[in-house]
Amino acid sequence: MNKFDKLVTNAAGRIVPTVINGKPAVPYMGVGKYKPEGFRAAPKIASCADFPSDGNKTVPSLKDALLKAGLRDGITISTHHHFRNGDLVATQIFDIAHELGIRDLVWYPSASFPCHEPMTRYLEDGTINRIEGSMNGALGRFTSEGKMKGLGVLRSHGGRYQAVQDGEVHIDIAVIAAPTADQFGDANGVNGTAACGPLGFALADSQYADKVIVVTDNLVPFPCLPWQINGNYVDYVVVMDKIGIPEKIVSGTTEITKSPDRLLLAEWSARFCDEAGLIYDGFSFQAGAGGTALSIGIYFSEILRARKWKARFARGGSNKYLVQMLEEGLVEYILDGQTFDLDGVRSMRDNPHHTWTSPFTSYNYHGKGNFSSMVDIVILGATEVDVNFNANVVTHSDGYLLHGIGGWQNTLFGKCVILPIPLFRDRMPVVRDRVTTICGPGELIDVIVTERGIAINPLRTDLIEKMKHSSLPIRTIEDLKAEAEKICGVPAKPKLTDEVVAVVKWVDGTVLDSIWRVDL
Amino acid sequence: MGATATTGNKGKGVRSDCFITLELTDLGGIQLQVESKVAVMYGDTIRKEALEILDFFGIKNARLTIEDSGALSLVLAARIEAAIKKLIASEKNWLPALQEENRYATAKERNRFSRLYLPGNSPSLMINAGIHKPDGIILDLEDAVAPDKKDEARFLVRNALCGIDFYGAERMVRINQGERGIEDLDYLIPYNVNLILLPKCELPDQVHAVNKKIREIVSRHSLSVNPIWIMPIIESALGVINAYDIASCSGNIVALAIGLEDYTADLGTKRTAEGTESFFARSMVVNAARAAGIQPIDSVFSDVGDMEGLRQNVLRSKALGFDGMGCIHPRQIVVIHETFAPTPDEIEKAKKIVSAFHKAQEQGLGVVALGTKMIDPPVVKRALNTINLALKMNKLAENWRESYEQI
Repeated sequence: MNKFDKLVTNAAGRIVPTVINGKPAVPYMGVGKYKPEGFRAAPKIASCADFPSDGNKTVPSLKDALLKAGLRDGITISTHHHFRNGDLVATQIFDIAHELGIRDLVWYPSASFPCHEPMTRYLEDGTINRIEGSMNGALGRFTSEGKMKGLGVLRSHGGRYQAVQDGEVHIDIAVIAAPTADQFGDANGVNGTAACGPLGFALADSQYADKVIVVTDNLVPFPCLPWQINGNYVDYVVVMDKIGIPEKIVSGTTEITKSPDRLLLAEWSARFCDEAGLIYDGFSFQAGAGGTALSIGIYFSEILRARKWKARFARGGSNKYLVQMLEEGLVEYILDGQTFDLDGVRSMRDNPHHTWTSPFTSYNYHGKGNFSSMVDIVILGATEVDVNFNANVVTHSDGYLLHGIGGWQNTLFGKCVILPIPLFRDRMPVVRDRVTTICGPGELIDVIVTERGIAINPLRTDLIEKMKHSSLPIRTIEDLKAEAEKICGVPAKPKLTDEVVAVVKWVDGTVLDSIWRVDL
Repeated sequence: MGATATTGNKGKGVRSDCFITLELTDLGGIQLQVESKVAVMYGDTIRKEALEILDFFGIKNARLTIEDSGALSLVLAARIEAAIKKLIASEKNWLPALQEENRYATAKERNRFSRLYLPGNSPSLMINAGIHKPDGIILDLEDAVAPDKKDEARFLVRNALCGIDFYGAERMVRINQGERGIEDLDYLIPYNVNLILLPKCELPDQVHAVNKKIREIVSRHSLSVNPIWIMPIIESALGVINAYDIASCSGNIVALAIGLEDYTADLGTKRTAEGTESFFARSMVVNAARAAGIQPIDSVFSDVGDMEGLRQNVLRSKALGFDGMGCIHPRQIVVIHETFAPTPDEIEKAKKIVSAFHKAQEQGLGVVALGTKMIDPPVVKRALNTINLALKMNKLAENWRESYEQI
């Protein structure tokens, strides 16, 4: 089986395969253009007759659970990334598979982290055929150099839910690490030593997988409340000594930036929002977790406080700064997809105005609407932007895959999408002729804020009009690109081969772009 | 092994810089090794430029290793040239073009509220300094550069003057003390430096020596240069005593600054937050500068995390009569500008007085009055200054008088 086949040029002008790991794939057709017909996937019918009536689904070990769940060659195993770099469970699954001589697995994580670097071993020896999810750092490098056997597939958080729901990805075994659970399999992420906040990234897995294993280090008698994961979906419960490293789960490393350049970006972004009338009593925003995005939150707070306004809701990634806004009454609700520190976990557990969400409610494009398009201001990052406002978040300018998509693509549907980014990093221009990989179509990206000027997408004539008399340095994107190249020099194109090593899916499951093997 | 020189910086946390190792050899041509974090995009450019520079200086046999952390071309060139000149004597210079946007002149009376100190051997801090809009940017060759890096810093500062856009900030350099400082001028004067900060100034002769050297360089290169201003820094008891003589000794002195760390050391005391120990010196500098008709400029506030402390410091500084102060972090700039700027109350009061002044002039009256109160000429002068400042800082519209309702 070829990793990929039948290349075509899609509506974004990118060359993409229409056969991926032996299965047909639809090339990207444009925003909102692809509307599949038919029905969602459905899991098998289960019967209570097959489950203990006392509700006790515990089995002695993860290995027992995996064997009972039918661990075998070629199946798809999913994990979630709520434990971020403190995850102790995902690697153990593949340790067991390796020990049993299982081959050609597909790992379907909602994201990968540096702690997952040992997976490269299993990718090399054939235990794992490919990753469909995100390939960060070392895993991305491994993929870029063409060492992964299967073709990698990158999806957004919403795209991951969509792929499962639409039957594009069938999960054979879902392993859900849960900070607290009961014997029936009800589970949550707000209690226990590995508390991480919500468990939303595991929702699709629990609903659609053939077999669902809940792994916990904090077993409580039924009922485990709140139940973010329902035990009715769960086959087996495993108790371990330790499922995660708390200080790496809620690292608290995301602090307000001290970099004067980034603070300038934050200040200008906030001023832009204010001058363009995007901030009003009852507005909403997506709070990013990066240092710049956090600082923008601080500027928003100052504006809201001064005018006695409130944001109706903020979409998280939550952390102490957003929680402070909630507790001060500057934000009425936090709709939280993942929680970055213990203040966030505490708030979610104790404050009814701080609620967990899932990729289904927030991001799934094949639903009857989702939250992302209702958000007024969305602040995001990017590794590159081009003169057509297309943006890249997965590869660097040297062609290497280094990051996942996360919720980035999904949040592009917000009413005003702003990217505060430096014009260049060291000597690497960030504003380019053409992005190395397109992850977000330019028509959805409204404003680029750099330290040398702010470019508004020409499609947003309303914003251009509102900012006509602004004292902020509004410039064209071409002008910014020219300045970047004047300072850094014109960069050479990365040396890439004609071998596809991974694809970037759009939110509707179509193939937006290919990632090519780098020429070493 | 032949003679070897190293320049630049490498290691964790080093950005926009490079580390050069150059070894002159007898045979074997040029052996060039480049390790760069931007190799894919600029590897070929870096190699080409390195070979051109070696060729320019007539080097035919050498081992050159470049460990690059994303240095801009002008940084790379400065590092390579500095390494070469550690090993061979040459009168030639490998210069980046002096960009059109870096050729501006500055006026004697311009605002000098903030001047941002940047270490002269740290390129990463120079590249974005201008976007924070300080009134002046100081490339520091003196205290901020380690003794063994002082030679290479000259090349970096020279190339920065040529190639980095400071977006209208006054282009300043603090030279070294003594003879080294005079030699520094060769690397500055032909490249449109706007202002020279002269450290540890105690006697007018130090200013004369700088001016003599400037004249020499200008005539040697037949340059037509913009005005080059001097800001002596008073940092010792003797300097304080001679402050007026220094301030008034040359027409191109535009400001007199005080440096309190060295001054308090010279007095044998310590610098405190309330500054009692430096009250006399500060007042002397303010008086000397005012008497000479130039700007008195205060020392830096060194706690970059304490913005409220900085604001209080600026308020005290302004109250003593200073027109500006140094800063060592870009985030200090806004606080300094906002605090030196006239307050809304001050502007309102000045508007009344200036408005009355214009009215009196229009009516041919010799005396300015506000209601029944006579206004003395110095008060009018101060009000005019406040209005000018408010205009310059966009705190007042140019046509304010049209909309101003006279009382």
